[in-house]
This record gives sequence, C-alpha cells and structure tokens, in this order.
Amino acid sequence: MKDPGRYDYLPLIDRPIIRWPNGARVAFWVAPNIEFYELDPPDGQGRPLWPRPYPDVLNYSLRDYGNRAGVWRVMEALERFGVRASVSLNAAMCDHMPEIVDECVRLKWELFSHGIYNTRLIYGMSEDEVRHVIRDSVETIKRHSGQSVAGWLAPALSSTETFFDLLPEFGIKYTIDMVPDDQPVPIKVRSGRLISIPYSTEINDVRVMGVRGYPADKWAAMMKAFFDQVYREGADNGMVVCMPLHPFVVGQPHRIDALNDILRHVTSHDHVWLATAREIADWYYEHNYDAAVTFRASTKAQKP
Amino acid sequence: MNTGRLTYRHRRRGLDHDWFAHETNVRRAPIAWPGGKRVALWITVPVEFFPLDAQPQPFRPLGGLTLGYPDLWNYSSRDYGLRVGIYRIMRVLDGLGLRATAATNASVAERHPRVMDEIIRRNWEIMANGVDMGQLHYGKLAIEDERRLIVRASEILANAAGKPIAGWHSPGRSQSENTLRLLAETGFEYVTDWANDDLPYTVTTTAGQLCAMPLTYELSDRLLLVQHNLMVEDYEAAVLAAFHRLLAEAEQNRGGRILSLSISPWILGYPHRIATFERLLGRILATDGVWHANGTEIVTAFKSQVASVR
Repeated sequence: MKDPGRYDYLPLIDRPIIRWPNGARVAFWVAPNIEFYELDPPDGQGRPLWPRPYPDVLNYSLRDYGNRAGVWRVMEALERFGVRASVSLNAAMCDHMPEIVDECVRLKWELFSHGIYNTRLIYGMSEDEVRHVIRDSVETIKRHSGQSVAGWLAPALSSTETFFDLLPEFGIKYTIDMVPDDQPVPIKVRSGRLISIPYSTEINDVRVMGVRGYPADKWAAMMKAFFDQVYREGADNGMVVCMPLHPFVVGQPHRIDALNDILRHVTSHDHVWLATAREIADWYYEHNYDAAVTFRASTKAQKP
Repeated sequence: MNTGRLTYRHRRRGLDHDWFAHETNVRRAPIAWPGGKRVALWITVPVEFFPLDAQPQPFRPLGGLTLGYPDLWNYSSRDYGLRVGIYRIMRVLDGLGLRATAATNASVAERHPRVMDEIIRRNWEIMANGVDMGQLHYGKLAIEDERRLIVRASEILANAAGKPIAGWHSPGRSQSENTLRLLAETGFEYVTDWANDDLPYTVTTTAGQLCAMPLTYELSDRLLLVQHNLMVEDYEAAVLAAFHRLLAEAEQNRGGRILSLSISPWILGYPHRIATFERLLGRILATDGVWHANGTEIVTAFKSQVASVR
C-alpha cells in the first residue's frame, strides 16, 4: 500500500475544536516503556534484535538496568510531582518481574499493551498470530493487575498492515503506533472504533539521549520547549503532549534530574490536564470523536 | 499458525538466564562503605592495544580501527594514549592522591614494560582486559580457544604484577556464554562487563561465584566523547549530575553508592580535555563522604556484608 489509509488529511488550521476538562490547554501524559528484552530471541523476525551476536551482554545488560535500577528512580520522580503514568508494558514483565508491575498498580498508573516482549516483533505475522499476541497481552495484564487494557503500542515499533483492525476486537480503544498529530485522530478500522493518541519519537528519551547522545539538560530543554509551544497553541484548540520514557535511559543517575526538571516545569502551569492516555481517550470519545468523524465526512476534509 | 514467535521458553519469574538472580536496587539491603562514606569513587583506566591488523571478529569494539588497512590514523591516536595520555592521567591522579584500577590488555604488558612499571609503582590495581582489542570473546568462539585467551591474559598480567589478578574486563565488553564460567574456573573474583546495575551483585556459575562490578558504560569517556561526540564540559556535567544523585541516595539511608569512571588515555588524556577532568575530580574530592577505592577494595567490602548466593 502507498498510504496506510487509516486517517484523512485534516490540517491544523482547519479542524474541530477540542476543549479539555477544566479549560486545560494541554493534556499531558507520560509513557514509560517498561520492557523485557530476551537474551536469546528467535531469529528471522524481519530485523536483527541485537547489534552483536548472542550473547550480546552489553546491550542486554544496558536494558536490564532499567528494571534493576532505573524504573524506581522514574517512579519516585513521577510520584513526587503527582503525575500518574500510562505504561507501555511488555506483558511478560508480569511473569518476570511482577514486583515492578505491582508498584505501577500501587501508583495508580495505567497499564497498556506493548506486546509480550520487546524482542518479539509482529512483522509478517498472520492476523491470527497478531490476535494471539494481543489476546495474550490483554489477558496477562488483566490477570496480574485487574486492569482492562485500553491501549496498544506494537513491540519495538514493529507493524503489519492490518493490526489496527484487530485491536477493537479486544476492547482496545487507542493506538500510539503512529505520530501524525498533536491531537487525537480517529483511525479507520474494519469494525468498532479506534483513535490515535499522540506519542513521540522526536522527543523520546531513547532517541534523543540514547541514540543521538544529547546531554540530559538538552533533552530537558527540548521537552520544555515542546511543551511551551503546545501550551500556547492549546489556548485555541486543546492539544496533547506525551513524554515517552525508557527507564534504562532516563533512569540513569546522570539523567534523572532532567526528568525532575521537566516535571517541575510542566506541573507549574495552571492549564494542564495531568491525564492518563485512557482518560484522554475516554474524554475524546465522549466529546470529540463524533464531531471529528462528521467533520471528516464533510466537504472540508480532503482526501490525501 | 506459525508458533515459533509465539512460544516463550523462558517466560517465568526472574531473568531468562541462570547466571544471576534478578534483584532491584531499592529492595536490597543497604551496603555500608568503610568509615561510613557515602559514595565510592572507583576510577578505571583502560590500558589497551589496538592491533593494526585486527579483524572485525565478529565486530569492531568501540575505539576499534575503522579506516582502511593500514589505518595509521586510528592506530597512532590509540598509541598516543600509551605514549602521552596515560602519563598525563597519572600526573593528575598523583596530584590528587588517587589510584586507578588499570584494565590492562595482556599485550600491553608484553609490549610496554615501562607502562607497567609506572602502573605498579603507583600501586594501581591491575585488572585483566583480555589479550588485546583485536581478540574479542564472542558467542561462537570455541571454548578451548576462549580458555586459552583467559589463561594467557591472566598469566601474563599476574607475572607483570607479581601477584594474582582479581578483576576481569572483556575487550569491548563482549562475552560468550562460557565467559563467566571460564573466569570463575581461572580464579577471577570479579567481572566488569555487565552494565545493568549501580552496585555489585553475585554471579553464580558451575565453576564457582564471581562478583559483578558496575564498571560504568553510560559515563565512560568513550561513549560520551567518542560515540556521542560530546564536549568534555558535557562529560563533566554528566559525571557531576550522577555524583550528586548518588550522594543524595546514599544520604537517604539507602546505602553506599559507587561513582564509577572509565578514563581512556587516548580520550581524556588529550591536552584539551585533561584540565577539565582534573577540575571535575577536584570538585568530587571536595565533597564529604567520598571513599576512594579500587575494584578489589569495593568487592571486599561488598562480600563482607552480603551473604553469598548458593
């Protein structure tokens, strides 16, 4: 396919207005990716899982750092500023390290599905195989936490052409697998309803600090600039800012103060809705989804 | 359905291997450093030889020679570390009364006895860093070949040091699935390849136990200054941020912490960086609660407090 065909072109300057609760300009949500990377995952998944041959002790252990040390620093920072996170959770974490998942529940964090492992990609899977992954993750998280999963991010940014169509079958309301907007976007699916909630690869800690290697204070400056701009724009039309996190990156001792700095900045603003992704989705479905779809169907919406 | 990707052999409590148990920093018993100090300052200096004809077996380690053969530029800039950079680092550490742990390729002991004399004269601890940067340990390396590499490095360095070597660092932080067992079998006490913790922990192999020591990767000069192309001022800021965070955690009665630095003669030993490094160390040492220790001293303190895992 030349185009995912999942949403219509709806320019920033020409779309319905979103009003968040209590006059908030920005819905701010935090997405820690709590992940398990297998030391010896199956081969032949469409791309190499580790940069070095088995056993890639260096890269495996760098990720394990997040679960041994980093995640606790992230939890402490968010709790300090009264921010609840929405966790992109590899469901196998419920089996491997349930104490971490328990702590997320205690903190009243939302858990959403990030597949089973970050080393099990969905590229090339049949729809039934993808259903197997979605069902397993939803049931595992439900069994462990009591939470009904509302969101989905495919493991390690893998994808198929049709996995969006399968998500509503399992009660999933939102996807963060695309980043086309600073507002939620209705996603066309075979049946049921699905929306895209803004996420970010652009200001993602793993990309900014892990891959590109920028210092933590530069990441904090980027994140604050992003927030400040959207906060100004949100006075006219409510917007979303997502802060994606990876405990193995931001949970390092030389970086965690940057997270505290960002949270201090964001929470010092009056017109911010500190929300979970599920809360944003629920509000949007109740107040904005129909208007967006109607608008889309009107002559103003252009086909790509 | 093709079930290969839907079968999870190691989906269970804990980790997906048996080398050590999953533990989390916040639930472990606090460690106390000697004299009630808060943060152990552990400085490791990699003392490395990058052979001109090294093959990417199976990859080039960070710092490996990347231009076409013969890569005189990278070869000689690494060699700068052994001719010039390490002596600058020694001068700085001497001036501050600090000793390093020298993660030494055995080839350096054979090629540069002068460097070894200066390391030994300063009472730096010698840690084995394999044979050299062209001989990596990796998954498909035959166990007999790997055993030979480990024994050879151990013997050459013990001979140079005049005593057994306690610590091991694999060149390029690369291991095979046999490395830990072979290290225990050869008599090593601690290993520094895993980058998953801020504190020591116990590794169990069929040949005995090892202590895994948290030699920094994230704060190493080769990651920040070479791989990420940062300025030395960014390096300084990152180390100070880590130091203040670790100090704060120790002061919240969470136990002693370790500030691990990895200082390469061919990176921080350059004239435009060394003064910043010296200033950084001065700031750290001006703070109360710093315990200056080498690898073996930290392992000894850790082992005296933690019941070994069977």
